[in-house]
Amino acid sequence: MDLTLSTRTEGDATVVEVGGEIDVYTAPKLREQLIDLVSGGSYQLIVDMEGVEFLDSTGLGVLVGGLKRVRAHEGSLKLVCTQERILKIFRITGLTKVFPIHTSVADALSSAG
Amino acid sequence: MATVSLSFSPLPAEVRTARLLAVVLARRSGLPEELLDEVRLAVGEACSRAVAVHARLRSAEHVEVAMTEDDRGYEITVSDVGDAAAVVSADLADFAADVDDEAADGQLPALPSGLDLAVVGGLVDDVTVSPGAAGGTIVRLRWQR
Repeated sequence: MDLTLSTRTEGDATVVEVGGEIDVYTAPKLREQLIDLVSGGSYQLIVDMEGVEFLDSTGLGVLVGGLKRVRAHEGSLKLVCTQERILKIFRITGLTKVFPIHTSVADALSSAG
Repeated sequence: MATVSLSFSPLPAEVRTARLLAVVLARRSGLPEELLDEVRLAVGEACSRAVAVHARLRSAEHVEVAMTEDDRGYEITVSDVGDAAAVVSADLADFAADVDDEAADGQLPALPSGLDLAVVGGLVDDVTVSPGAAGGTIVRLRWQR
């Protein structure tokens, strides 16, 4: 399944809803989307990964790249994910400590930082 | 013992072809459902790595994947044209330490090179990396039934 992306604004934050597979083939599309948002002045990003069916280390690289970009503007990049198979790769790589991971967009919106 | 071989052009789009096939055959070989996600991710990482190696070497040679079912389990080998001696697998313990430092100094750690193989190692108990008989590198993944 291909990657689907949609963005919406919720208060001060921009929610990027991602669906499908984030892999070596589709990761460039997500990278472009994150770069476009930051270039357009969106620095409070919430990436909703509930619709993601597959994520590999290429996808992790794109998310870390996005986090670096928003931090350069004192912004934040929060993830929404409750799927065990996706969370597993964050745990294996230790990136659960780098990304704030929330159980819902509402939870991400209400958390500080 | 039954083997299915896949030979693909080193293109990102074909990595998912390899992933799909690997999971279909893993399921047929009788691996439990809970291992299929591991197969999908590990084969994807191994093949993405091979495609990146070929891109770096500007090689159009095909990446070769062999998927073998035997009495005891399921084995996948992914062969590329890269130098086996140069293969790097990231040390996730080192990376985790960098991540811990990040909490102190606020500097995000760079993702280490070889993260793909490190993820494979984190998922699959039985992984070997060896030189191919005619050069190149073979990454071998094995799951017991």
